[in-house]
Amino acid sequence: MTAKTINLTLKVWRQGRGEPIGRLETCRAENISKDMSFLEMIDVVNEQLTKDHQEPIAFDHDCREGICGMCGAVVNGRPHGHERETTLCQLHMRHFSDGDTIVIEPWRARAFPVIKDLVVDRSALDQIIQAGGYISVNTGGAPDANSLPIPKDTADAAFVPAACIGCGACVAACPNASAMLFVGAKVSQLSLLPQGRPEAAKRVSSMVRKMDELGFGNCSNETECEAECPKGISIIQIARMNREFFKARFS
Amino acid sequence: MKPDVTSDLTIDPKLDAKIPAGPLAEKWDRHRFDIKLVNPANKKKFEIIVVGTGLAGASAAASLAELGYPVKNFCIQDSPRRAHSIAAQGGINAAKNYANDGDSIRRLFYDTVKGGDFRAREANVYRLAQLSNHIIDHCVSQGIPFARDYGGFLDNRSFGGAQVSRTFYAKGQTGQQLLLGAYGALMRQVAGGMVTLFQRREMMELVVEDGRARGIVTRNLITGEMETHTAHAVVLATGGYGNVFYLSTNAMASNVTAAFRAYKSGAYFANPCFTQIHPTCIPVHGTFQSKLTLMSESLRNDGRVWVPKKPGDNRKPKDIPESERDYYLEAKYPSFGNLVPRDVASRNAKDQCDMDKGVGETRLAVYLDFADAIKRHGEGAIAGKYGNLFQMYEKITGENPYQTPMMIYPAVHYTMGGLWVDYNLMSTIPGLFVLGEANFSDHGANRLGASALMQGLADGYFVIPYTIGGYLAGASFGKTHTGSEAFKTAVNVAEQRVQKLMQVNGRRTVADFHRTLGGILWDHCGMARNEEGLTKAKGMVANLRKEFWEDVYVPGNAADFNQSLENAGRVADFLEFGELMIDDALARRESCGCHFNTAFQTEDNEALRDDENFCHVAAWEYAGDERSPLFHKEPLTFENVALTQRSYK
Repeated sequence: MTAKTINLTLKVWRQGRGEPIGRLETCRAENISKDMSFLEMIDVVNEQLTKDHQEPIAFDHDCREGICGMCGAVVNGRPHGHERETTLCQLHMRHFSDGDTIVIEPWRARAFPVIKDLVVDRSALDQIIQAGGYISVNTGGAPDANSLPIPKDTADAAFVPAACIGCGACVAACPNASAMLFVGAKVSQLSLLPQGRPEAAKRVSSMVRKMDELGFGNCSNETECEAECPKGISIIQIARMNREFFKARFS
Repeated sequence: MKPDVTSDLTIDPKLDAKIPAGPLAEKWDRHRFDIKLVNPANKKKFEIIVVGTGLAGASAAASLAELGYPVKNFCIQDSPRRAHSIAAQGGINAAKNYANDGDSIRRLFYDTVKGGDFRAREANVYRLAQLSNHIIDHCVSQGIPFARDYGGFLDNRSFGGAQVSRTFYAKGQTGQQLLLGAYGALMRQVAGGMVTLFQRREMMELVVEDGRARGIVTRNLITGEMETHTAHAVVLATGGYGNVFYLSTNAMASNVTAAFRAYKSGAYFANPCFTQIHPTCIPVHGTFQSKLTLMSESLRNDGRVWVPKKPGDNRKPKDIPESERDYYLEAKYPSFGNLVPRDVASRNAKDQCDMDKGVGETRLAVYLDFADAIKRHGEGAIAGKYGNLFQMYEKITGENPYQTPMMIYPAVHYTMGGLWVDYNLMSTIPGLFVLGEANFSDHGANRLGASALMQGLADGYFVIPYTIGGYLAGASFGKTHTGSEAFKTAVNVAEQRVQKLMQVNGRRTVADFHRTLGGILWDHCGMARNEEGLTKAKGMVANLRKEFWEDVYVPGNAADFNQSLENAGRVADFLEFGELMIDDALARRESCGCHFNTAFQTEDNEALRDDENFCHVAAWEYAGDERSPLFHKEPLTFENVALTQRSYK
């Protein structure tokens, strides 16, 4: 029987609001139950910091069940930590060992400025969606839902990229800080479905242009994004977006 | 002093539900015709504030903007796509009858009214059932990848409280897909300049001027600044208050603050004690735990609920032979079996654990077993239906549900109570509309599964775009500006509250108080209640609130990104709101749906309603910090369904 609790050393990125650069600060995480999630471990550390009249570590989080996309930090160099297809809130401490030192940093990308500590501004992702990540339909005159049969394979294929939670781990993982996986996921979902075809060319051109404008880098096929995506979204979606992009250029 | 809740003197003229005349099926149609319209050219002159970007908020903001109203939309997260609707798993109901199994608008209406234990308004629920079909049509046109069968048509599954298959779904991520559809529509309106988005903002105060809702005060969560916004109407879509219990399936930021501030500004709060405790959640496993995780009710389609027959049985599930297992739901409710409504399933799980037949380390859990379904359909088919849920379960618990039964226990999930609204979804403050979980309107004393997504989207896409026009066209507005007395006072109140929180400088953390409050309410105002416990809890909450204001410690400073301060403000409101819940539970001297007062039960231990004295909505009016809230009631009349003892046997 292994012990149920572990003790850890954390090196956490601390950066005040408006500070141009932060620093790694060391603190202890004592008596951490292995059943805790990573964020619950930070909660425990923050409770202690508060009791010691120090400022707790700022970090984004909300649903804590891996679906809202709000949480995320680079843990020992890997976005959302080392477990595959796992958000930080679903990373459990049973995957760490007693005595470990854990380095925790915010997403690093020019398009994601740090607000405070581990909190970054990801509104650039909203701006990319505003550039066309939707089907232009007003509320009202939709026909009966079953009037448009969609082959199950197509619907299932569209669902795969639709599972993107918009957390930004793909950007943080990419050496170029590219948002190609994020954009590719939305472009793929909508271009696979017949409802999305009328705007397909305009959508892909506009979203890619916006991504470039916002300071995200380009894709150089490192595939780091795919390795770190908590929803297991594959670079196939980038390939499909590229095809849509060329089609849009040459049509 | 206790309010006399049975006297007719408590009926308040403000609580006119404005239910249209005419037969049930024609009410909404007639009403749409009778509502005044706003000239298309004039719509741009009416500014609308929408607080919240979940299913109700995002769909409302997008639809209102499509009509030509300039909209300001606010959310507490970094992006509107994070709203907690995103976490809804199982599905969305609609009366399409695609399964040809006898469904109809009337049946969906009936199931919902009955499921709510006859404590919802007939007219609202019927409208909801009518609109349900339009929602599915619209969402498909938005590109939402609903599950389909091999012919390419939409697939359905069953949910609790219904004997037809009417739930549309997108694997276990239906809420996510529906929310991203509404978010897409919202982003389109942001791009078109009709919606201005304000992220990382928390509503601190509602501004009421000349008796009308005219704006809000928000705190910028990055800078700490108080900001003011004017409007001609304010729409709250700020979700439920389940986090008053500390542990719930809600997201960490879900709170009652916006609704509670509106209550303190004069909006009545309806049925605050109606809280849904969802039967299938991952059990609690430690005091450090920050939240509970729901396992979709859809699992009860294929999972069988059981406990050992013998109390105190410590054997592993695989060592307990079939003959020594008690499939208590199937035995007790043969016609609905594992698919009884949520309140019934939760209460039965609690009863089993109270008899010491609970399982697992804490003995506060029951099994949800898929072995039979896996044997019958194969592991692949089960993985196809519930793959992501099984994966989530394994991540959290470290156990493989394909091999060993899941352990589940009830957890706080949804709040049927909320701000009182009339048929137009307007509160008792003219110009303040409330949508989705934040209002009380459609689910009575218990919500059926897959009905929350339906209600949020019906309110946002198909109700508010009509009814807000009726209000705007019929009202005469004076000029207001953010420098007016009403705005200055509201800003002042918000700033003072923040200062007060920062100045207590005590010894206990905010989370510590929140955890204590949650424990009190879970024990005494949870799955079972009684007068003694509630009375005791009322005193405990009052004491805790006093201690909070003497001994809380909020680190950092107010003019900064300060999550401790955000939480402190929310917990301060929960500490007041908790007492309102208890008052409401004390006043409702019957059992109905989720509200199970142990003094009122049938011989079979089911909820025993008192239709003669309690067939009403309880609506509470704020009367000042030092005074008890005033009780009002809106009587409920049922002309189209017979009030029966709910039976799922």
